Amino acid sequence: MGSLLSACGINVKKKKVEEERHLRANDREFNLSFKYANNAIKTSKYNVFTFLPLNLFEQFQRLANAYFVFLLILQLIPQISSLSWFTTVVPLLLVLSITLAKDLSDDITRHKNDNHVNNRKVEVLINGELKSEKWMNVQVGDIVKLENNEFVTADLLLLSSSEPLNLIYIETAELDGETNLKVKQALTLTGDLGNDIQKLAAFNGEVRCEPPNNRLDKFTGTLTMRGETFALDNERILLRGCTLRNTEWCFGLVVFGGPDTKLMQNSGKSVFKRTSIDHLMNVLVMFIFGFLAFMCTILSIGNAIWEYQEGNSFITFLPRADGANASLSAFLTFWSYVIILNTVVPISLYVSVEILRLGNSYFIDWDRKMYHVKSDTPAQARTTTLNEELGQIKYIFSDKTGTLTQNIMTFNRCSINGKSYGEVVDFAGQRVEVTEKTEKVDFSWNPLADPKFCFHDHKLVEVVKSGSPEVQAFFRLLALCHTVMPEEKTEGELFYQAQSPDEGALVTAARNFGFVFRSRTPETISLVEMGVPTTYELLAVLDFNNVRKRMSVIVRSPEGKLTLFCKGADTIIYERLHPSSSKLMEVTTEHLNEYAGEGLRTLALAYKDLDEDEFEKWKERHHEASTSLEDREAKLDTIYEEIEKDLLLLGASAVEDKLQDGVPQTIEQLAKADIKIWVLTGDKQETAENIGYSCNMLREEMKEIFIVAANTAEEVREELVNARKKMSPESGDEPPIEKSRLLGKKSQVVEDEKVDGEYGLVINGHSLAFALQKDMQLELLRTACMCQAVICCRVTPLQKAQVVELVKKHKKAVTLAIGDGANDVSMIKTAHIGVGISGQEGMQAVLSSDFSFAQFRYLQRLLLVHGRWSYLRMCKFLRYFFYKNFTFTFVHFWYGFFCGFSAQTVYDEWFITLYNLVYTALPVIGLSIFDQDVNDRWSFQYPQLYAPGQLNQYFSKMAFARILLHSCYSSLVLFFIPWAAMCDTVRDDGKDIADYQSFALLAQTCLLIAVSVQMGLDTYYWTAVNQFFLWGSLSVYFAVTFTMYSNGMYLIFTSSFPFIGTARNSLNQPNVWLTIFLTTILCILPVVAKRFLFIQLKPTINDKVRHKVRQAKAVPPPLPRKFPRRRISTRRSGYAFSHARGYGDLVTSGRFLRIPVKSRPALFPHTDTPVADSTPQTYRTIFEEAQSP
Amino acid sequence: MMASSYNAKDEDGHHPGSVGSGGPGAVKSKKPDNTAFKQQRLPAWQPILTAGTVLPAFFMIGLIFIPIGIGLLVTSNNIKEFEIDYTGVDMFSPCFNCSQSYSWNSTSACTCSVPFTLDQPFESNVFMYYGLSNFYQNHRRYVKSRDDSQLNGDKSSLLNPSKECEPYRTSDKKSIAPCGAIANSLFNDTLELFYIHPNGSRIAIHLVKTGIAWWTDKHVKFRNPGENNNNLSIVFQDTSKPVNWRKPVYELDPSDPDNNGFINEDFIVWMRTAALPTFRKLYRIIQKKKDNMTPTLPPGNYSLEVIYNYPVRSFDGRKRMILSTISWMGGKNPFLGIAYITVGSVCFFLGVVLLIIHHKYGNRNNNADIPN
Repeated sequence: MGSLLSACGINVKKKKVEEERHLRANDREFNLSFKYANNAIKTSKYNVFTFLPLNLFEQFQRLANAYFVFLLILQLIPQISSLSWFTTVVPLLLVLSITLAKDLSDDITRHKNDNHVNNRKVEVLINGELKSEKWMNVQVGDIVKLENNEFVTADLLLLSSSEPLNLIYIETAELDGETNLKVKQALTLTGDLGNDIQKLAAFNGEVRCEPPNNRLDKFTGTLTMRGETFALDNERILLRGCTLRNTEWCFGLVVFGGPDTKLMQNSGKSVFKRTSIDHLMNVLVMFIFGFLAFMCTILSIGNAIWEYQEGNSFITFLPRADGANASLSAFLTFWSYVIILNTVVPISLYVSVEILRLGNSYFIDWDRKMYHVKSDTPAQARTTTLNEELGQIKYIFSDKTGTLTQNIMTFNRCSINGKSYGEVVDFAGQRVEVTEKTEKVDFSWNPLADPKFCFHDHKLVEVVKSGSPEVQAFFRLLALCHTVMPEEKTEGELFYQAQSPDEGALVTAARNFGFVFRSRTPETISLVEMGVPTTYELLAVLDFNNVRKRMSVIVRSPEGKLTLFCKGADTIIYERLHPSSSKLMEVTTEHLNEYAGEGLRTLALAYKDLDEDEFEKWKERHHEASTSLEDREAKLDTIYEEIEKDLLLLGASAVEDKLQDGVPQTIEQLAKADIKIWVLTGDKQETAENIGYSCNMLREEMKEIFIVAANTAEEVREELVNARKKMSPESGDEPPIEKSRLLGKKSQVVEDEKVDGEYGLVINGHSLAFALQKDMQLELLRTACMCQAVICCRVTPLQKAQVVELVKKHKKAVTLAIGDGANDVSMIKTAHIGVGISGQEGMQAVLSSDFSFAQFRYLQRLLLVHGRWSYLRMCKFLRYFFYKNFTFTFVHFWYGFFCGFSAQTVYDEWFITLYNLVYTALPVIGLSIFDQDVNDRWSFQYPQLYAPGQLNQYFSKMAFARILLHSCYSSLVLFFIPWAAMCDTVRDDGKDIADYQSFALLAQTCLLIAVSVQMGLDTYYWTAVNQFFLWGSLSVYFAVTFTMYSNGMYLIFTSSFPFIGTARNSLNQPNVWLTIFLTTILCILPVVAKRFLFIQLKPTINDKVRHKVRQAKAVPPPLPRKFPRRRISTRRSGYAFSHARGYGDLVTSGRFLRIPVKSRPALFPHTDTPVADSTPQTYRTIFEEAQSP
Repeated sequence: MMASSYNAKDEDGHHPGSVGSGGPGAVKSKKPDNTAFKQQRLPAWQPILTAGTVLPAFFMIGLIFIPIGIGLLVTSNNIKEFEIDYTGVDMFSPCFNCSQSYSWNSTSACTCSVPFTLDQPFESNVFMYYGLSNFYQNHRRYVKSRDDSQLNGDKSSLLNPSKECEPYRTSDKKSIAPCGAIANSLFNDTLELFYIHPNGSRIAIHLVKTGIAWWTDKHVKFRNPGENNNNLSIVFQDTSKPVNWRKPVYELDPSDPDNNGFINEDFIVWMRTAALPTFRKLYRIIQKKKDNMTPTLPPGNYSLEVIYNYPVRSFDGRKRMILSTISWMGGKNPFLGIAYITVGSVCFFLGVVLLIIHHKYGNRNNNADIPN
C-alpha cells in the first residue's frame, strides 16, 4: 500500500491555457511578451529549499508513514501511551531518512542530467551574428544552426539546409525508435535564405501555430512572410530528440522550447506498476488491520471485565485517574494495545521490501550471462520494484522483428533457372551442417565485394564466372530492381541505405557475385558488371506497395535493349508469367517450397524484354496517369498492371530473416516452464507462421494449428468456436468465470480449461479486429488460452495493447511483453512487465520498459533464474517477516491475560524498538538477497521449477493463514514455557528472578533465538554473509543488551534504561538457558517434522531437484542439444519488402541525389565499436557465429 | 531451420576474449565484473532435510532431553519447600480477626500466630519468602508508577518527582519519597519464626534481613540522596512519607545505616515488580548452622508470628509464607524437568514414526524421476 498515494506529486502551477502560439523570427522582445517557456528543461523535482518540506509531504502521503505518525500521536497521550515515544520515532526517522536519501540522490542525478543537457552548445543567430549559446538560453523565435550529427535543440521550423531541395535527413530513434532516416523539407521560400547570415538575420516571418501538445506526427500552423501566408505541416518541423544525419548544416526557427517541446510533452509520468504480491499485500494489510482491531477489542473487553471485577477492589494499591471507570479504561486500553500490537504491520516491512527488490535488480544488472558482448549491452532492471513478478509469468507477448529475429537479412539460397544453389553438399551428396568452419566462398576476385558477405556454395560463383546468361540476368536484376541508395565514401567502399533489410541483402548478394550496384541518378543506374562499368538508363520505377506485392524497373541497357525487371511474391509473379515459363515454374515452386520449409523469405524474379514502340505508348499513358489529380494511385496501378505481364521467370531468391541467437531453445525452455507465448507481429500471416515454425513455437507434432482468417465477425466467431470445440469438446458456451470471493467487486476472471494435447492458433489482423470486439473478446480469450502458442499477425500497436489488456483483465496471470520497437511501446506499457530489447533499434521500447537486455535469449535467464529467485526470495522474506512479527506480537496478546489487560509490554521497550531495525533486519535481508534453492544451471535443467510461481504457491492467502497459525503456536510456546518455568521460581542464590524485568529478558531472548533458528531452517543457501549476519545479529543483541543494562548507561540515562543488571543477574542462571533451549526446540520441532514428512510423502518439484542436486553434488549435465528436424513444408513466405512504400518516388523524381560523390560522413559511422557490427548494414549470414566445436 | 548458431558457451560468461578489460587503453566495457558476489556464485553451504540428518537429530534430541529432564526433576524434587497461607480467610484460621479489621492507618498492630509442623529437616540455607496472589504488580499503571531517578538519589527528583508517580507524587504539598504506587503499597507485614522445642520452649529463629536483594539493585540502582550524609532524616526533611506508610523511609531500618532509606533491602525487593500476579519475594534468609551437623530447620513444630498489616482481602488476594531450600537450578519447580522429559520422549517417538514413514514412502519418492 506504501505508494498508493505517492503517485500524486505536486503539480506545477498551471498557466493560463495557451490557445495559439504566435511568434516572430528574430524578434525576442515580441516573443517574450507571450512568456513562452525558453529552452531550459527541468526534470528534477526539488531545489535546495523545497526538498525537505516537499519530500516529507510526499512521504507522509504514504499510508504506512501516515499510520506511524498516527501511532506517534497516540503515544503522546499519557493515558494511552503504552510505549515510549522512541519505539515509533526511531524506526520512522530511519525510514524517512532512507527514503529521503534515495530521493535526494535521484534528484541530484536528474539535476546533473538537466544541467548537462541545458549546457549543450548550439549556434544561435543573435543580432545578425552566429553565437555559440547554451541550450537553455535559446528562446522561442531564435534562429539556430545545426550541424551534422547534432541533436536538435528544440522543436524547430526548418528554414534552410545544405542539401538540394532544402532536404534534410534526421534520425528519430530517441523519439519513436525507428532508425531509418526520415526526410524533412523546408519551404522553398525559406530555403532560399540558404546560409546567408544577413538574409537570415533579416528574416522576420511570423509563425502562428497550435499550442504545445504531445502529438509527434502532426503539426499545423502558418508562416506569414511579406504579407504572404504559407501552410506549415509536420514535414517542416524538426523535433527535439532527433539527430541530424547526412546533412552538413541547416537553420531552424525555434517554435517550441524546453518543456513545450513534443519530446518533453510526451515524457509524461508512466503508469506506476505494482506487482501481484503488492496487491496481495494490500489485501493482507487490510486484513491485518482488521485482525489488529479484533485483538485489541478482545483485550479491551478483557480490560473492562478486569477493571470491573478486580480493578475496583485493587484501587487500594492502584488508584485510577480521576473520573476513570471501567468503560473509559477499556477504551483507552484499546488504543494502548493498538500501539503495542502495531508490530503486526511493521514499517520496516516496506523498507525491507524495497531494499531487497533493489538488491535483486542489481543482480540483474550485474549478470554477465545477460551481457551482450557484441553490442556491449548489459541487462538492465529499469524498474526496481517488479522483480518477483518475473517469477510468476504465465503469458509472454512477443514482438517478432528485432525481438525473435535480428532484423538482419542474409541472402541464403537461390534458384536460378531451375537449379538450386546455396546448400553445402559433401562428396556423397549429403547435406552438410554449416558451421563456422565451413569454407566460405572467396570473393577476393571482386574488389568491390562486401567483405562481410558470406556464402558457402562454391558452385554459384563458378557459374557466374562461367558467364551463364540466366545467372547473370538473375544478379543483374537484383542489382537493378530496387530502391537502395548507395554511398561511396572512398573509392570502392560502398554502403547501401536500404528501405528494407531484404532489399539490402539482395543487392549486396548481387554485388558480391559481380554485379555491383555503384551509384544512381534519377535517370541512370551504374553497375560494375563482372568488373566492367555499365550504365543503365532508368526509364521507370514501378514501385512496391502492399497490394501489388512486387516492384519493377524498366531500364535501357547500354546496347539499347529495353528490359523490365520484376521481383515480387511468387504467387503474384506466377500469375503474370508467360506460358513458356510453366516448366521452370514447376521446378522453381519445388525449390520455393523447400526454402519456405526452412523459414526463408522468398521472392520470385522475372524479366521481360520490351520493344520500343510498346514502351513509348505505355510511357505516355503512364505520364498521363501520374499527372492526373484524381485517383492517381489506382490509375497508376492499372497502368503498371498492363506492362507487367508475360514475364519470363528467372528464378527465386531466398533470404533468411535471421533469428536471434538461441531463440528456439529459449522458446522451448519457456514452454517447458509452462509459459505460453503469443507472438504479436505486424508481419504477414505467412511470414509470422514461418517464424513460428523456425523458432519452435509451432511444432509439427502439435495436434492441430488453427488459422483464423475470416472476413466477418460471424465467421470469426464460428472459427473460434469450432477450434475450441475441437480442442475440448465438452467445453460449454458460457465461459467458466471464477466465483469472486471479494464482495462488491465482480470478478471477470476466466478459468483455464483442460485441453488434451498441444494446439496452435494463428489469427490475422483482420480477424483479430473482430475478435477483440466486446462481445467476442471472451471467445477469443478462451480459444487462445487453450493453445500452446498463439500468433497474431498484422497487428497494430493498439491491438497489441488490447490483446495484452484482454489477457490481463480476464486471466489471473502475470503477463510479460517483450519488444524492441516503437510499435511495441503500447503493449510493453500495458503488460505487467515490459521488456525492451536494447542495442538494436531505437530507444523507445527500452525507455518504456521495465527490464531491458540485448537478446531475446536472455529472457529465459531473466525468468527462470532471476525471476524465480526473486519470487522465491520475496515470498520467503514475506513469510518469514510476517512470522517473526506475528510471533513477536502475539506474545503480548497472551501476556494481556496475566497483567490485567493493562497493555503492559512483555519485552523491554528498547527491544521492541530494535527488534525489527537491528536484531532481525540484516539476517532477513541476507536471506532474501542471497537465497537460492538450486543454482542457475539446475534452474535451466528443470524449467518446471518455475511452475510454483505461476500458481502463486509460495505466498498466498493460504500461506498467510498458515503463517498465522504457526506464529500462534510459536507465541504460545514462547510465552507459556517461560511463564511456567519462571512461575514461583528463584535464582540459585534464592533471590528474585520471577520479576518483570527478568521475565522480559527471558521472553525476548527466547523469541530472538527461536526466530533466528527458524530463519536458519528457512535458509537454503548459507553464504558467509548469511552466517555473518545471523551470528552477528545475535552477538549484537547480547552486546547491546549487556550495554543497555549496564551500570554506566543507568547512571547516565536513569529513566531510559531501568533494566540495569537484569542481564547479568538472569543470564547466568542455568534454568534460564534451559528454558531458552526448550522453547527453541519446541518452536522448530514441529516445523522440521512437518517439512520432513512432506518431503517424504509429497515432495514438491523443488524438493526433488534439491535432492537430486545433493546426489549429483556437481554441476548438472549440460543441456542436451537438440537439432530441430528438417521440415518439409508448403508454407511459404513471399514477403521481402517492408510494409511502407519504397523510395521509388524520390528515386525518380529527380529531386534526389544531385550530389557529387564527395566525402561526407557515413550514414552509420563505421567504427570498430561492437555496436556498429549490429547495425542493419551488415548482412551477415546465418553461420557467421556458429557454435564452436 | 538448420543448425542454430546459438552458442551455449556464450551464456557461460567465461569464454576467452571476454574476460578482463583487454589491457590498458581498451574501450571501457560495460561488462559486469566477474565476482562471485555479483554473479551470485558465492560459495554456500546448502543443507537440506534428509533422512540422514533429520532422524538422527530427533533421536539425539530425545537422548539428550530425557536425561536432562530426569536430572532437573530429581533436583527439583530434592528441594524442600514448605508453604503456609496466613491470609486468614477461613473463620478458624488464626489471622481471621486481623484480616477482618483492616486499616492502613491503625496504630495498634494486629498480631497473630500461625503454628505449623515441618516433617522433614531443611538443610543448608533456608530461604523465607512471602507470597502474594492475585496482586497485579505487573499492571502497566502500577509498573510505571515510580521514579528511578529519585530512587537513585537524585536530589532534584527527590523534591520534584516524576509525573509518573501520580497520584502518589505529593502529599501535603510536599513531595513523596519514595513516590509512586509501587512504593506506596510496600509489603509491611512482619514475619517472625519460632521453633517450638519438644520441651515447649519457643526459640526464635535468627532471620537475616540483608543479602536478599540483587547486588546491582542494592549498589547501583538504589542510592540514598545526599551522598555522605548519614543523617537521613535531614536529607528527607522536605519530603513526606508515602500515604500508606506508617513511618518515613529513613526509619525503615534505623539500626543499620546500610539498610535504611532507599537502600533498605525489603524495599528494594518490593520495588522489583513481579512479572505475574502471583509471585513470591525473598523476605529473610535463615543461615545454616555453623557446625553443619544439625539441620538448619529440624523437623518439628514451629510458629509463625505475623504482625498483620497488609490488606489483601479486598481483592481476593492471598498471603503466604514459604520456606524453601535451593539447588543449582534455583527453587522448586518441577515444570522444566517434566517438560524436558516430555519433549525428549515426543522427539524419540516422532523419530520412530518418521523412520517408519521414511522407510515406507521416502525412498520411493526420492528416487522417483522428475518428469522432464
